[in-house]
Amino acid sequence: MEHIETQLADLKAQLDALQKKSPENKLSMICFSGDLDKALASFIIATGAVAMGMDVVMFFTFWGTPVLRDANKSVGGKDTMGKMFGTMLPKGTGGVKLSKMNMGGMGTAMMKSLMKQKNVATLDQMIGMAEELGVRIFICEMSMDLMGFKREEMIQYEGLEYCGVAKFLEEAMDSKIQLFI
Amino acid sequence: MSDDIKISKTFDLKGLACPMPVVKVSKGIKDVEVGDVIEAISTDPGSLTDIPAWARTTGNEVIKTEQDDKVIRFYIKRNA
Repeated sequence: MEHIETQLADLKAQLDALQKKSPENKLSMICFSGDLDKALASFIIATGAVAMGMDVVMFFTFWGTPVLRDANKSVGGKDTMGKMFGTMLPKGTGGVKLSKMNMGGMGTAMMKSLMKQKNVATLDQMIGMAEELGVRIFICEMSMDLMGFKREEMIQYEGLEYCGVAKFLEEAMDSKIQLFI
Repeated sequence: MSDDIKISKTFDLKGLACPMPVVKVSKGIKDVEVGDVIEAISTDPGSLTDIPAWARTTGNEVIKTEQDDKVIRFYIKRNA
């Protein structure tokens, strides 16, 4: 009898350990790209995943970082490089371009009007929808620092946080799906 | 309209593109009780595969699908 009890306890411990290892119903996504098409795809997947019952966490890094700048906010006190990056990189969703067929902005403008005509949600609307659905967003602290962005110039987003690679890996480790876009 | 099914709520998703039909249905179904049926009307051809995929994943059930030209009607039972 005692033997069975120890075996049972052993099994329970193993089950607990396995449960900790098994991935959660979660999607972790790295949003690396600052292209309109890829950013849009990221948010379509993110909102779709919430609809499918998943937890979703997005990590914005490198060229993806300026997508989350707020066009209406400007901050001072940047050094020369920071000012340069600030001017050359898109200031939020309005400034992001297609990765292909941009044609000096004409292609992007055409795509936007086509999207409107076909009733496809804009990037701004998608971000709003993601926020409403509880998609968590993290921004890479190193990208912010590298490009000289300040927290005060980023969009208002419920629960927006800043992090490093370990936070992404922690989330990705127990996610069923991990994407790099 | 299907008259043999009792519909608790109808969602007009006409004109909406991916991912909105699925997003709206997943939000909307929470407005009714488990066991109730909702009607979702979509014009997005992609929703023909998307809504059943969503239902299978979330444990709900598409009990009937009707297609009339471009208009697709889904009757979805809330199971979860």
